[in-house]
Amino acid sequence: MSRAEPQFDELYREVILDHYRRPRNAGTLEAPTHQAEGANPVCGDEIELHLAVEGDVICEMAFRGQGCSISQSSASMMTERVCGGTIDEARRVMRLFEAQLVDAAEPDPALGDLEALQGVAQFPVRVKCALLCWKVLREALNIDETEHARTSQGD
Amino acid sequence: MSIDTARIREDFPILSREVNGRPLVYLDNAATTQKPRAVIDALKHYYETQNANIHRGIHTLAVEATEAYEGVREKAAQHIGAASAEDIVFTRNTTESINLVARAWGDANLREGDEIVLTLMEHHSNIVPWQLVAQRTGAVLRYAGIDADGRLDLDALRSLIGERTKVVSVTHMSNVLGTINPIAEIAGMARKAGALLLVDGAQSAPHLPVDVEALGCDVFAFSAHKMLGPTGVGVLWARPGLLAEMEPFLGGGEMISIVKPEGSTWADGPHKFEAGTPNIADVIAFGSALDYLADLGMTEVREHEKRITAYAIEALEASGGITVHGPHDVEVRGGAVSFEVDGVHPHDISTIVDAYGVAIRAGHHCAQLLMRHLEVPATNRASFYIYNEEREVDALVAALDEAKRVFGRVESRTAV
Ligand SMILES: Cc1ncc(COP(=O)(O)O)c(C=O)c1O
Repeated sequence: MSRAEPQFDELYREVILDHYRRPRNAGTLEAPTHQAEGANPVCGDEIELHLAVEGDVICEMAFRGQGCSISQSSASMMTERVCGGTIDEARRVMRLFEAQLVDAAEPDPALGDLEALQGVAQFPVRVKCALLCWKVLREALNIDETEHARTSQGD
Repeated sequence: MSIDTARIREDFPILSREVNGRPLVYLDNAATTQKPRAVIDALKHYYETQNANIHRGIHTLAVEATEAYEGVREKAAQHIGAASAEDIVFTRNTTESINLVARAWGDANLREGDEIVLTLMEHHSNIVPWQLVAQRTGAVLRYAGIDADGRLDLDALRSLIGERTKVVSVTHMSNVLGTINPIAEIAGMARKAGALLLVDGAQSAPHLPVDVEALGCDVFAFSAHKMLGPTGVGVLWARPGLLAEMEPFLGGGEMISIVKPEGSTWADGPHKFEAGTPNIADVIAFGSALDYLADLGMTEVREHEKRITAYAIEALEASGGITVHGPHDVEVRGGAVSFEVDGVHPHDISTIVDAYGVAIRAGHHCAQLLMRHLEVPATNRASFYIYNEEREVDALVAALDEAKRVFGRVESRTAV
């Protein structure tokens, strides 16, 4: 065959589709200490995020939203990965995740399932789908934008 | 003579390029169409041989450029069956044409409590300008709904149009559902109420034979870029006499007659609404697009699109797991075909089919009221034009099969 068949099983790994179909931590919290929502006006992806933070630990997290498999699975995996850890840890994972997508960096083992989204880096128009939930998390936790100014330019 | 797509395709340089290693399959014509060589050459020819500012010059270039520009007014009038080129205003696009009317006619004629009747299938460009004028004047917006088949609910529309109705503004053809609205019938309702009828022709002027006299509307708006022409040119036609009744939209050069310190008088005819140096080159190139369509014949264009739309609707639904929105009868619809693929979001579909060189659109198509009505966040849309062939529909369907396979992997595993 003269031309390669496009390979989508790599972009849409099973773990992504699984989180898309069965989102973890879906819903809302009764008494969130932090919350934020965000949308991607171009494609209509929406994420609303609730957190319950005690001291500097993220004890509980819930999200709801609508949109493509990338935006929704990213949110689901994000909640799984950062819930139970400290805010500093969330910030560190955020940086690693952004590096993976924006700079196409080798995924760090600390990313866990989130590593599955590395294929998105090959699709620049979809990167903002994967980053939407992180943008919302940053807003909810009031994490300084400038800290990530370099990586948020894809917005 | 029917449309010969193989011959037509030779006139469109872009159709021979590849995308992601595949021949381009361009099915996003409702957003904008590709341009034939004649249009691209006309731009070059103008800049290389005639470039001059129009209307204000005595020198040869200025005269030639003015004649070429004014000649397109004539062609645009012919395209929509208008009696006089004097009723054709050049704008930037459909959006600006509608804003012009909402400002210049709406601000002068709408009062608190007056009603503006729209439909749920309007493009944002036929909603937001009216919302703005409603804010300025206290007028109220009313929206006619659509039925399960995606057709305008004419009874609802009839009951909405009454004594207080001052404007009825509807699309001739939906850019999402493809639905063609019965404008002549709606014109009867508007006339009885003494309301102004504006028709958004952005999707009809490129695809259907249009006769504004037969439609019976007061205003008709469309965009050159959706009908083989360049970006940056829109058309506004107003029924004879209406332009003279309207106050100016933008002020400046070209649109005046006499300027004095205490005030000015306005130019006659369409020039009153063309302040400043217009988009001369693109208007002139639009003339070549109108010639191209006139040579093909709009009846033939419509017949070709009926054929390919019928083929597409059938092929999409036959492939399984796909629902096509809007009427399925091609007599009452055009070639903008929105569809859902079960369990796969439109953005994921677009990414996958793009890898096969297939360009379709995913999103709300600037019709959020309609998306809410359909209860979907977004749709996929394939839209056809004179150069599209059935094999391109086949390429789309094959690419969609791949999307279904990719997304089916987990579904079949987790299904119980
Ligand atoms: C029905 C309809 N109305 C209005 C518009 C706006 O056209 P433009 O962006 O050229 O002003 C479009 C184009 O997207 C359309 O499809």
